[in-house]
Amino acid sequence: MTTTAYEPYEGTKLERLERDAADAMGRYPDPRSALLPLLHLVQSEDGYVSPDGIQFCARTLGLSTAEVSAVATFYTQYKRHPNGEYTVGVCTNTLCAVMGGDAIFDELSDHLGVGHDETTEDGKITLERVECNAACDYAPVMMVNWEFFDNQTPGKAKDVVDRLRAGEAVAPTRGAASVCSFKQMSRVLAGFSDGRADEGVGAGPATLEGTRLAREKGWQAPPASSGQEHDPSAEAVGAGTTPVTPGRTSSTDTPAAPPAGGTSDTPTRREPSKEA
Amino acid sequence: MATTLSPVLSAHWDADRSWTLETYEANGGYAGLRRALTMPAADVVTAVKDSGLRGRGGAGFPTGLKWSFLPAPDGGPRYLVVNADESEPGTCKDIPLMMANPQVLVEGVAITSYAIGCHHAFIYIRGEVLHVYRRVLRAVDEAYAKGYLGKNIQGSGYDLDVTVHAGAGAYICGEETALLDSLEGRRGQPRLKPPFPAVAGLYARPTVVNNVESIASVPSIIANGVDWFRSMGTEKSTGFGLFSLSGHVTRPGQYEAPLGITLRELLDMAGGVREGHELKFWTPGGSSTPLFTAEHLDVPLDYESVGAAGSMLGTRALQIFDETTCVVRAITRWAEFYAHESCGKCTPCREGTYWLKQVLARIEHGQGTLEDLDTLLDVCDNILGRAFCALGDGATSTITSGIALFRDEFEAHITGGGCPLDPAASALFEYTPRGRADLHALSGVPAGTVGA
Repeated sequence: MTTTAYEPYEGTKLERLERDAADAMGRYPDPRSALLPLLHLVQSEDGYVSPDGIQFCARTLGLSTAEVSAVATFYTQYKRHPNGEYTVGVCTNTLCAVMGGDAIFDELSDHLGVGHDETTEDGKITLERVECNAACDYAPVMMVNWEFFDNQTPGKAKDVVDRLRAGEAVAPTRGAASVCSFKQMSRVLAGFSDGRADEGVGAGPATLEGTRLAREKGWQAPPASSGQEHDPSAEAVGAGTTPVTPGRTSSTDTPAAPPAGGTSDTPTRREPSKEA
Repeated sequence: MATTLSPVLSAHWDADRSWTLETYEANGGYAGLRRALTMPAADVVTAVKDSGLRGRGGAGFPTGLKWSFLPAPDGGPRYLVVNADESEPGTCKDIPLMMANPQVLVEGVAITSYAIGCHHAFIYIRGEVLHVYRRVLRAVDEAYAKGYLGKNIQGSGYDLDVTVHAGAGAYICGEETALLDSLEGRRGQPRLKPPFPAVAGLYARPTVVNNVESIASVPSIIANGVDWFRSMGTEKSTGFGLFSLSGHVTRPGQYEAPLGITLRELLDMAGGVREGHELKFWTPGGSSTPLFTAEHLDVPLDYESVGAAGSMLGTRALQIFDETTCVVRAITRWAEFYAHESCGKCTPCREGTYWLKQVLARIEHGQGTLEDLDTLLDVCDNILGRAFCALGDGATSTITSGIALFRDEFEAHITGGGCPLDPAASALFEYTPRGRADLHALSGVPAGTVGA
């Protein structure tokens, strides 16, 4: 297990942090909104949310260290002890687990000799079980420093960690040309671009299934209606000679929610703010 | 009258360097913003209201109506916050959208902000998608450089700043008031409502919170017209949406179609269920929506029809499981997710999800009793409608529906002393399963211990 020596911020490191913190605070009307970016920033320097980092955030934002710790401990991406150079996260939420994620985690765990939230002796890999990472059409999914490694098998996953430990450049299936370090990643998440947005693909094969099928079959969304100059004060006139297509009728006569369309201003009992 | 796909958002995802402003403009991008800036702001709101667009983040609340709830301007700031914290298990549409074409989101942000009188908008992206965050940061930079954001946008006199913010790992921040607390630099816990964000949201100012896909749908509505949008979908569930097929499907992926398409139609397009297998159960809208089975293949996937059939359209996250899948294992894992992600603010959810997880794990491992099924339903009953936010409600959905649909399988685990199914059969590769007990021994963490 690697350790980070106690090293109070001073000199150029402090200057750099203060400059970056000012930049982050400048993005928000209220500086406190910069706390999440600042915690990412601290991790980009120290490899975890260090005691110094908590002090720095508190001093910068005029908070107590308890207030900063309360926030830092709420979010899983903030680490309470030094993280490995690469966080390797295997999705073991239901869909990925069923498709093979459980087996991948087990084999990686055996291979690396560490369990969940543990780091290899060489300080390279911190292994984690992660929750759904919004790539279910590529299951089973593994994340390395939060870059996508799609359609994994135990063999592929072991190969990735072996190459990472050997210091090779490793490319995600969808992402930058190579995985960066935990500290570099944390700096990007703090809002400081690393200039790598143009690397990698726009979309993976599963993302494009529908786009490709539609192209192959000649399926398109309808052409723009002739009544493009929609005048809300003249409802139904805007369509000109084109009759308004009402759309397919729902299969049910008893809607679960009040009608949404038209010019309806009818009051609704639905809460206006339930959209998750 | 088979439904076909209707690519709008996904139409150019396969273009070379699809994420750049250059590619987006070459395919007609920012026509919606140009048009919007010639319209009175109120007319933009009315157009989106008239389009019938409903929130694509799960709840399906009418988007334009939500905008119209903002109080009259009082001279102070009002905010747009885009919920890009896509984390609902099974949901995988916003993340690929922002990776392939972040500009459509930026254009939607500009139009929406103009419509509601906002001069500072925020895009809150979950922190666990590094490259997506890079792409959106870059898209915003490009839009500033081209005069689509910043001062005096396209010579209109309208000013807008956009901040792209990364979260740090917390499913609950997809709940809009938790997201606002998180964006204010706090623990992401839901707020008491009312007041709703429209009245007192970010920094206690009037705020609209909308999902990525909702906002990304706005430019096409403004550019192509209300009638165009309403020509797709059903009368009450208008327009198009991304349907995300995952799991035991031949060609999982994103399929953009009019609302009201059926799973049968989508499965036909996706090559059907994994070869040699048949559909066992599926989620219509993520893990917070009650399970469906093969009986529901022809339910039109619109808000009303899915609701009438006993579930929710949610985020159109169609997770497909074939007959090799143990439903108890699937539901137990979801329960573990909700227990892990419960923010701890309210007792029904904090305690309830904890016990659901314990009881389900006991059943899964063959140590449960038949009374445990009643206990599960009772705990669900004590969470549903009593939790502070929708996370607790969502935690009960697959459990109550799963027991109703597959009671026999739960009982088989109890009476048979374990799972009757082979987990290796549901994986996409061959392997030899091992007990989870070995894993706990390896990690040094006793089973049932909550890691610190």
